[in-house]
Amino acid sequence: MEALVSILVGVMTASAVYLLLRSHTFPIVLGLSLLGYAVNVFLFASGGLTPDNAPLVEHGIARLPDPLPQALVLTAIVIGFGMIAFLIVLALRALRDLGGDGVDGGDAP
Amino acid sequence: MLPLIVCVPFIGAVLVPLAASRAGLRPALTAGLTAALALALLIPEMPAVYEGAALIDRHEWIPAIGLTVAFRLDGLSLLFAQLILGIGMLVVLYAHYYLSATEGGPRFYSYLLLFMGAMLGLVLSENLLQMLLFWELTSLSSFLLIGFRRREAEARQGARLALFVTGGGGLALLAAVLLIGGLAGSYELTDVLAAGETIKQDGLYPLILTLFLLGAATKSAQFPFHFWLPHAMAAPTPVSAYLHSATMVKAGIFLLGRFFPVLAGTDLWFYLVGGMGLTTLLLGAYLALFQNDLKGLLAYSTISHLGLITLLFGLGTPLGEIAAVFHIINHAVFKASLFMAAGIIDHECGSRDMRKINGLFKYMPYTAVLAMVAAGAMAGVPLLNGFLSKEMFFGETLHLQWLGDASWHWVLPWAATLAGVFAVAYSLRFIHDVFFNGEPKGLTRTPHEPPRWMKVPVEILVVLCVAVGTFPGFTVRPVLEAAAGAVLQRPLPEFSLAVWHGFNLPFAMSLVALSGGVAVYTVRRRLFAAHERLRHRLRFSGKDVAEGLLALVFELGRRLDRLLDNRSLVRYTFALLVSALAIGAAGYWGEPIGGSGPRESLDLGVLLGGLLLGAGAVATAIKHRNRFVAVLMLGLVGLMTSLFFARFSAPDLALTQLLVEIVTVILVLLAMYFLPEATPAVFSATRRARDTLLALLTGTGVAALTYAMLTRSADSISAFHLAESKPGGGGTNVVNVILVDFRSFDTLGEITVLGIAAVGILAMLTGLVLHGPRMDWLGRPWAPDRHPMVLAVVSKPLLPIALLVSAFLFLRGHNEPGGGFIAALVTGVALILQYIAQGSNTAQARFHGDALTLIGAGILLAVLTGLGSWLFGYPFLTTTFTYATLPVVGKFELASAMLFDLGVYLGVAGTVLLILAGLGDLSPRNRTA
Repeated sequence: MEALVSILVGVMTASAVYLLLRSHTFPIVLGLSLLGYAVNVFLFASGGLTPDNAPLVEHGIARLPDPLPQALVLTAIVIGFGMIAFLIVLALRALRDLGGDGVDGGDAP
Repeated sequence: MLPLIVCVPFIGAVLVPLAASRAGLRPALTAGLTAALALALLIPEMPAVYEGAALIDRHEWIPAIGLTVAFRLDGLSLLFAQLILGIGMLVVLYAHYYLSATEGGPRFYSYLLLFMGAMLGLVLSENLLQMLLFWELTSLSSFLLIGFRRREAEARQGARLALFVTGGGGLALLAAVLLIGGLAGSYELTDVLAAGETIKQDGLYPLILTLFLLGAATKSAQFPFHFWLPHAMAAPTPVSAYLHSATMVKAGIFLLGRFFPVLAGTDLWFYLVGGMGLTTLLLGAYLALFQNDLKGLLAYSTISHLGLITLLFGLGTPLGEIAAVFHIINHAVFKASLFMAAGIIDHECGSRDMRKINGLFKYMPYTAVLAMVAAGAMAGVPLLNGFLSKEMFFGETLHLQWLGDASWHWVLPWAATLAGVFAVAYSLRFIHDVFFNGEPKGLTRTPHEPPRWMKVPVEILVVLCVAVGTFPGFTVRPVLEAAAGAVLQRPLPEFSLAVWHGFNLPFAMSLVALSGGVAVYTVRRRLFAAHERLRHRLRFSGKDVAEGLLALVFELGRRLDRLLDNRSLVRYTFALLVSALAIGAAGYWGEPIGGSGPRESLDLGVLLGGLLLGAGAVATAIKHRNRFVAVLMLGLVGLMTSLFFARFSAPDLALTQLLVEIVTVILVLLAMYFLPEATPAVFSATRRARDTLLALLTGTGVAALTYAMLTRSADSISAFHLAESKPGGGGTNVVNVILVDFRSFDTLGEITVLGIAAVGILAMLTGLVLHGPRMDWLGRPWAPDRHPMVLAVVSKPLLPIALLVSAFLFLRGHNEPGGGFIAALVTGVALILQYIAQGSNTAQARFHGDALTLIGAGILLAVLTGLGSWLFGYPFLTTTFTYATLPVVGKFELASAMLFDLGVYLGVAGTVLLILAGLGDLSPRNRTA
């Protein structure tokens, strides 16, 4: 299980890095979203992988998953959304002001 | 009381510009009263200090790094505080007449008070780190003061040079203090003073001493760092009188005194400090004679006198140290008055060139007398204060038997006498050249006496010169004993302050210096010519070296900039990623990847989900040029991540991820309407291969890191959260309790950041009008029915249901999966559906309110909930809960955290709504619908 999760985080990161290095705004938005998933899964996994349970203490606290990374990741997901939204609007603004969706201004690479 | 005294000038620095709505006396008056107030606050503390006590006022600040806010008032700091405040007041009065009305008086007094506060803080600090802060602040505020006339190139250059030299010294001093603190185990001066022997015996002592002296020497203009002081004379003369004679340049000397018990008494101290002081003493005195600029003469004379004090400290004897402290006082008094006199002359003549200003005695006899008395003190004429400390100095140079049978101990008395000769010669030049020696040449105006009150500060200082010079035991003894005692940290030896000690060797040295000085002055023309020839031969100046160094730094910076900055964000990203990869790899290179922690076994469901997730991620990257497909693939990754969270015991995360995924996809699709359909291929195959390689390397690194982390067991702090969730936070959903209770301060920060992002988005959307394409990418026109009837009909009843679900999720959030974040996202999705189905106008009509207000209300509610706990005497954001019973519903819980969660709900819902509604509203076509 650990190997699978590690490989998945790696694959998401690799795809994200490739997208981050493109010349237009849209793939970069995709890349940052992907990187967000990778980082969130990574942070989440730092609490260990506990299958089929929930951090609810109704029935005692034995074998419960680590709630702290969950709380951190929860806010990270929402903040990540805010950041992606900001980027998209920035891209639209740049499209209007620079006349293209290239990262380095206009339509040039 | 001590922190207040230090604060007063800083408060004054803010008040002065406020008081200066009109020109006139008010700025100067405010500044003067500020200094007077600080001095008045100091007076009640004085008696105890004169009895030898050291008052310490200590408050914790950052205990983890040994940082306290601690102030100390002992004899030495009291002496300096008196000089700073007393001379400060006189300088303010003087500056009021010196500065012309158009020169921006309020700004000047504000800077001056800033400097005064920094200097006070420096001398009154008990904690060394805190002292360093004030030390840097004196460098910065003196930069502002030297560069006060910012339109003059000379002032700017002088200010930059001073900052460069003293700032560099400050860095060395920082290193020295850190080392001292490390050895002494504390940054409190009391502890450090007690640890002197430990430090002197440590192997690091030579390094510490060198670094420490770099700091002290740069500040106090000691050779070879003296060159900045003459250039700092571009400052207005009140600044020179204050900073460059009485206070700031004494800061380095102050340090020598402060750390005397810690660092002094070794051979190394004697050779370094004494050698530096002797060189500076001779060089300064020699060069002072050849300056044609009146202030230049005084600047080099100051360098020379600072060298004298340094040399006295360098001798390391108790009597030498008393003489040093005495000379600090005397030099401050006579040099400040001389600078003021020079300023008056400059002010009245419009020139400071001693080749032009001659024979001023008949134009301003009164000022001339004052200046001549002060110059006499500088030369060491009997019955004036300078004579006394200089005699003590001469006496000390004769008592070096403790050095053993060194064959060269005759050097020091001779060198001291030689410096005395030059001091007399340049003082004589000051008097004779300026006030006699013919008539003024080529002045544009006729000089006359300055305004009455401009002379008052000079008078006061000159009276002090005479009073100390004639009745030293009566006037200066208590101050001197307290200060010298604080330097020495031991009982003082007997010393005599009498004016007349009989005809002894020091007095003979004084006589030689006086007559030699007169002789040198009479043959000055030949000396001037010789000096000119020498100067041509030795074309070397510290200023050029420093400026060359500065230019080199700038040039290197420019080159590095050109290398890295080609205005391409893509390149920056590449550089950033490569650096991250390199640093990350270097960090765990050679470590085994797998650890020994427990492992989970793989099951088929997770494997399948994982394969889908990985395929989605890869497909997003490969298919990114076809944007629509890429968005779908990205959505697949998001959904799989959500399932992953659900599988591994994180229902809250799964819900949040799912909802954010929906909102993100809507957002991206909205944006795609305006953005081009496809991404053009602009990069070459090589470039793509390079990027692929970097991506693969980074991915491998991150995978290895994840594996390393997952296979090692670590202790978590969560046991506390799990145990306290129910009894302490009143909820069983630990994730929610962490968000709204344990770490609610983080959450508050997060919704604030989200709100700021929303405001930024709103700002960018304001006035943004974009036109989408008229038809889709296959050339078909858009459907004429913009808001399909079916969708509108179905969506309407969905709204109340969705809101009910949202409320349900919110209310149960403390105990079951749910809570403010999730409920807000559900609400957001529900409202967006209405916008899509009915158009923004209709939806807006139904939804009364403004998203920005919602965000503000949410953050405000969260803050107020936090503040509410103050009312009950608890720290910010402490929560409480109770149980209530209602008929039908039964027993339920009421927690103050729920109010906080409501704030979170409002903030997040407002943000989602603002972003999506704003984006949907961009095209003018939509607005008319």
